[in-house]
Amino acid sequence: MAVKPLADTEFYKKQTRLALRNCGVIDPESIEEYFAVDGYQALAKALTQLTPEQVIQIMKDSGLRGRGGGGFPTGLKWSFTAANAADQKYVVCNADEGDPGAFMDRSVLEGDPHAIVEAMAICGYCTGATAGYIYVRAEYPIAVKRLEIAIDAAKKHQLLGKNIFGSGFDFELYIRLGAGAFVCGEETALMTSIEGNRGEPRPRPPYPAVKGLFGKPTTENNVETFANVPQIILHGAEPFAAMGTEKSKGSKVFALGGNINNTGLVEIPMGTRLREIIEEIGGGIPNGRKFKAVQTGGPSGGCIPTEHLDIEIDYDNLSAIGCMIGSGGMIVMDDSKCMVDIARFFLDFTVDESCGKCSPCRIGTKRMLEILDKIIAGNGTLEDVDKLEELAYHVKENSLCGLGQTAPNPVLATLRFFRHEYIAHVTEHKCPAGVCKALLSYNIDPEKCIGCTLCARVCPTGAINGTVKQPHVIDHDKCIKCGACETACKKVHAVYKA
Amino acid sequence: MLKKISKLPFSGTPEQEARLQAVIAECSGDKSLLMHVMQQAQGIYGYLPFEVQAIIADGMDIPLEHIYGVSTFYAQFALAPKGKYNVSVCLGTACYVKGAQDVLEKVMDELKIGSGECTSDGLFSIEACRCIGACGLAPVMMINDDVYGNLSPAQIPGILEKYRNN
Amino acid sequence: MTTLAELNAARDAAAAKMKQTDDGQPITRVVVGLATCGIAAGAKPVLEAFEQAAQAAGLSSVRVYQTGCIGMCQFEPIAEITVPGQEKVTYVNMTAGRAKEVVEKHLAGGQVIEEYTVGAVTK
Repeated sequence: MAVKPLADTEFYKKQTRLALRNCGVIDPESIEEYFAVDGYQALAKALTQLTPEQVIQIMKDSGLRGRGGGGFPTGLKWSFTAANAADQKYVVCNADEGDPGAFMDRSVLEGDPHAIVEAMAICGYCTGATAGYIYVRAEYPIAVKRLEIAIDAAKKHQLLGKNIFGSGFDFELYIRLGAGAFVCGEETALMTSIEGNRGEPRPRPPYPAVKGLFGKPTTENNVETFANVPQIILHGAEPFAAMGTEKSKGSKVFALGGNINNTGLVEIPMGTRLREIIEEIGGGIPNGRKFKAVQTGGPSGGCIPTEHLDIEIDYDNLSAIGCMIGSGGMIVMDDSKCMVDIARFFLDFTVDESCGKCSPCRIGTKRMLEILDKIIAGNGTLEDVDKLEELAYHVKENSLCGLGQTAPNPVLATLRFFRHEYIAHVTEHKCPAGVCKALLSYNIDPEKCIGCTLCARVCPTGAINGTVKQPHVIDHDKCIKCGACETACKKVHAVYKA
Repeated sequence: MLKKISKLPFSGTPEQEARLQAVIAECSGDKSLLMHVMQQAQGIYGYLPFEVQAIIADGMDIPLEHIYGVSTFYAQFALAPKGKYNVSVCLGTACYVKGAQDVLEKVMDELKIGSGECTSDGLFSIEACRCIGACGLAPVMMINDDVYGNLSPAQIPGILEKYRNN
Repeated sequence: MTTLAELNAARDAAAAKMKQTDDGQPITRVVVGLATCGIAAGAKPVLEAFEQAAQAAGLSSVRVYQTGCIGMCQFEPIAEITVPGQEKVTYVNMTAGRAKEVVEKHLAGGQVIEEYTVGAVTK
């Protein structure tokens, strides 16, 4: 039969689904279907056949690193918490997926919630924690509902609660909803929020492994990190460690979006070339436009330009060029995007989301935004560009938490790869991509204009003059650059930006 | 972020207060459940006026200024009522690069109010929201729980009209 | 459930239940992607249409389930059909009407509607 299976499409051919293995396969609201795909076998194996030390050793050998952005080795993190004696310890799952453009955690929670329940119990067993909290964004109601169903079902089957698998290990799991604060994705801020406070970060040290949630030793991992755990325990460290690059093992899920033909969730082995993701899996750039950059890591990351398209994706390669994998958002941009405008977009986001606790982030990002606004308005100077860069380094080095330390990244990365665009804004007062409204003007090509009057009729300020069948002219004093004329002139494309 | 604080007189009913007291009774032993109680309270009243925050403060034995601090920290907590239909336009990255700003401007234009405001008849309010995770359908907006994807400004009047006549 | 043996038994029972009906017929499995993107694109009516059409056609061995994100956002709603012994077929851009058609032609008639499959819209 000629029907092409999903697995043979360009989009899927190069993917390897580990974290997403059950997403789109099983019914997430049925614990039986999870059983059918070896669900809770890893927990049973850990509790009945392995010591906590052996479980941690498997995690270390697998080479799994934190998928939330930091890339810290998971096994090592677990061993720190395990080493601290305390009357109570906690496991926390960070499901406060706040990076705009990233939705893999939501997909795992909606598609395979039991994997997270199982992984958190395993983590509790080997670190000595008897309670866990999942902190989920309130914007993800379906994920919350499916997690609740999963936890109830696990309790009913005695996979949560007292004396699990007769091993003497007790574990309870609770859900906490976020309330829309990006900074709560930072681990200490998230714990402060679970405790019922403003979600402000805390200085480290003490690290959460020593003094975390409610002042007790705590292990915090992101959803995707946990999603990898059950199969690592079940199949051993080797299959996972065999995949990927020397220092980044396994696979990573990316949320591919923006100006690209195939949008969606993509899970690829670490070390895959960026070009393969964009051109093969993503199917290239639509509308006949050209690739300009791919933004990774959201407001904490940077932009990767054409010259680095052949980079092999892993934690270290990306940080070497001033970018980061981050949580895995991958927004493709075509040549109609202005990189100064994009930097401003992210900075506007971090200024809005800065919690205000430390001054480098609170004041520094605000000043950076003001400089960017000045450049975009056409009033910037070369000196402003230098000042922006200097300030960016100060904010990066002196902020209290990950939000402030990474907030300047979008500016630094665009300055690094697209400095010429900044220069064009301040010296020629031109926006090369034609995005920054203050720096462009709308004009009508008299050669192309057929005098149909469509543009004059849609112009909200009456800035277009001309008689029927004669070329029209835009009065730049009246024009508010709304672009309505350009949209209206779709027959002959006589309106253009310059 | 700066929050709009409502100057409308508080109009809570005894039924609403009874529902809130039931939530508080369930949670008052654990102060870490404050945000949960506030989320439930917002579900009951639609927003969190001072009067409601004071009820929570009494019931949970938590200082009112702490509750005010929490309510102003998180974007989800509203100190002003929302419209019957709350239009939230996603300004996440994927939506932004696909023209979400034009969609937001069109909505503001149609309803003649700004972001964070409510129409005088109480029917619509607008907010610009963070990524709602439907990036594949960008640009996206939500009207209460209904999600609209692959939007263009031209579609906005028709979509709003459906709610006007409801 | 307190032992590994019980867990294994639960796994085997669940796997068997996914393969055949209580009276021993092999199951044809229909899954519809009901993650946030799928629902936003209109997957719920598709799921209902599959259920109703399968029942109306008297196809007692067809089971319709929801599932998580299948991954190709721009082709949502997506439905996947596994007829025992055959390759899984992925239908994209589904509507309630298309679901009904798929039940009639594919599930009842054994004829895959190629123009609705993922192969027809992508490389």
